[in-house]
Amino acid sequence: MSMSASPAIPPPPLPWRDNDPRDRGGPQQPLLIVRGFKKHFPIRGGLLGRTVAHVRAVDGVSFHVRKGETLGIVGESGCGKSTVARLLMRLMQPDAGEQIFDGDSVGSEGGLSVAELRRQAQMVFQDSASSLNPRMPVQGSVAFGPMAFGMPKAEAMALARELLTKVGLNPALFGGRYPHELSGGQKQRVNIARALALKPRMVILDEAVSALDKSVEAQVLNLLQTLKRELSLTYVFISHDLGVVRWISDRVMVMYLGEVVEIGPADQLYNAPKHPYTRALLASRPAMDPDHRREEAPVSGDPPNPVNPPSGCRFHTRCPFAEPLCASRAPSLGDSEGGAHLAACHMQDPDSGHSQARLQ
Amino acid sequence: MSTTIDKVATPAPMAAPRQRGYWGTVGYRLRHDPVTLCFGALLLAIILSAVFAPWLAPFDPYRESIIRRLKAPGYMGHMLGTDELGRDMLSRLLHGGRLTLTMGMVPVLLATLIGGGLGVVAGFLGGVANAAIMRVMDVFYAFPSVLLAVAISGAMGGGVLNGMIALTLVFIPPLCRVAETATTQVRNLDFVDAARATGAPLRLVLWHHVLGNVLGPILIYASSLISVGIILASGLSFLGLGVKPPEPDWGLMLNALRQAIYVSPLVAAMPGIAIFLTSVSLNMVSDGLRAAMDVRS
Repeated sequence: MSMSASPAIPPPPLPWRDNDPRDRGGPQQPLLIVRGFKKHFPIRGGLLGRTVAHVRAVDGVSFHVRKGETLGIVGESGCGKSTVARLLMRLMQPDAGEQIFDGDSVGSEGGLSVAELRRQAQMVFQDSASSLNPRMPVQGSVAFGPMAFGMPKAEAMALARELLTKVGLNPALFGGRYPHELSGGQKQRVNIARALALKPRMVILDEAVSALDKSVEAQVLNLLQTLKRELSLTYVFISHDLGVVRWISDRVMVMYLGEVVEIGPADQLYNAPKHPYTRALLASRPAMDPDHRREEAPVSGDPPNPVNPPSGCRFHTRCPFAEPLCASRAPSLGDSEGGAHLAACHMQDPDSGHSQARLQ
Repeated sequence: MSTTIDKVATPAPMAAPRQRGYWGTVGYRLRHDPVTLCFGALLLAIILSAVFAPWLAPFDPYRESIIRRLKAPGYMGHMLGTDELGRDMLSRLLHGGRLTLTMGMVPVLLATLIGGGLGVVAGFLGGVANAAIMRVMDVFYAFPSVLLAVAISGAMGGGVLNGMIALTLVFIPPLCRVAETATTQVRNLDFVDAARATGAPLRLVLWHHVLGNVLGPILIYASSLISVGIILASGLSFLGLGVKPPEPDWGLMLNALRQAIYVSPLVAAMPGIAIFLTSVSLNMVSDGLRAAMDVRS
């Protein structure tokens, strides 16, 4: 199925290679649209192993990614960021929801098959060590994807070596090494080369730089930006590091307990956050100026248990502005397909009945 | 001045980059491990001497002689002496190796294919399939292995074939358990997900990424089981359940000669020494294999 483009969508922020033969919808068609993604993990218990409850890891997430754009996804640990990444790659099946890749519905009758999706979208995992086969020389790991799609071995190896060069590793020196013979940053470069081996249009980076130390992290981030420009890639960048996300992202999505609480252009979201949770997250960053250091945490306690999420707005148990209304009715985010800055908070809705609704 | 600096800045020629695959590396490391090589050579010699026994044996292993019973090594051309019926020990040991090694190795080979295959399937599929396969294995685990082998071959009647079937059944559960554990560990690592995310067919992911990491532990465990197999097979023959006299078999020979231990201790110990040497070299080779396969060390 093909999505009709809305004229309200502004042109892509970065130069988009429009001579890509795989491009179907043109620059106005978002590369990825997700509507109502849900993933509930059953918890089994008792003598017979029956399902006693569900962890609502991802609970109705909708967003879109334009061609050539970087969408950052931030949130606390356990908010469902990584589950979203695995759902996007179909390493897990979503319980509900729709995924549209360049106008084609993924996994549905007549749409894009999962195998076809994986030729166009690739993923880089957080743990650079465990995401490489310990018993395979790294150039073999890079060449595996192309070889699985029928590329002759010599050609795939040549491609792997070319990609290793592209990510800054000398193939003559590193190609034949095993993962344990490389440092964390080098391993992550290999992972990036592996993700690029199938010439994807979109790369999902799941905490791809979080495990690296700061100097290596900066190198890898610069590499990612260069590759994006050279290869006209689109990124979904998942991280808990707010600074890194702001630096690399065009738009940012904030998740809390399996839901999207705020989404918008990076500058707007960081300069004028609308949701109290986003404000708390931003305030929790350590200040560079000792005079501005906070003595108390902006949000107290752990996120509530996703098995039994709070009623109404899921943030109301920790929100300083919570009112009885917040516990009874869930705020809606609205449709973000125009790229607008939106937040799922009753204070953003003048008709919600929240006492501070108009003061925003 | 600048030229000297340039010279210093030029990186020294690095060691030739290794372009071997995984198995190439394992082979290279095995070739550079003298202990494993020695025991490997000994093992090969034992196997070859069993294979070529008919050509190597100086005497007919079945020819008895009442007047030449239990002679010491060196007596009238009998390099290792004679047994309790006057048969040449060297010829019998060479011929005995054929049956003993077959009974030790064939069951392990079969059990590796069956048990290892079941274990990899159970580990990769998980869930109900895993529970079904592993609970059946647990039933076999409830019996001590010697007792189980004796019970099975006793129930089916003696003989070489039944003995091998019994040993195969005894070895399937432990191999299945090892394969299942290794597969479960590997399956949950990110590189399997990363390989799946390339869109490669499942059989290629299994073959290149799962099996390569699982085969090592299975092969090492299996090679250590061969010596257990030889001892168990000898035990079955010792009890009269495996090989029947007058066929030469190390376990059977040990049983028959134990009555002569005070008369001719050297001759009586020989089948035991043969079993011991085979077991030790198998264990050393499997140990060397384990070290060579662990590319991380």
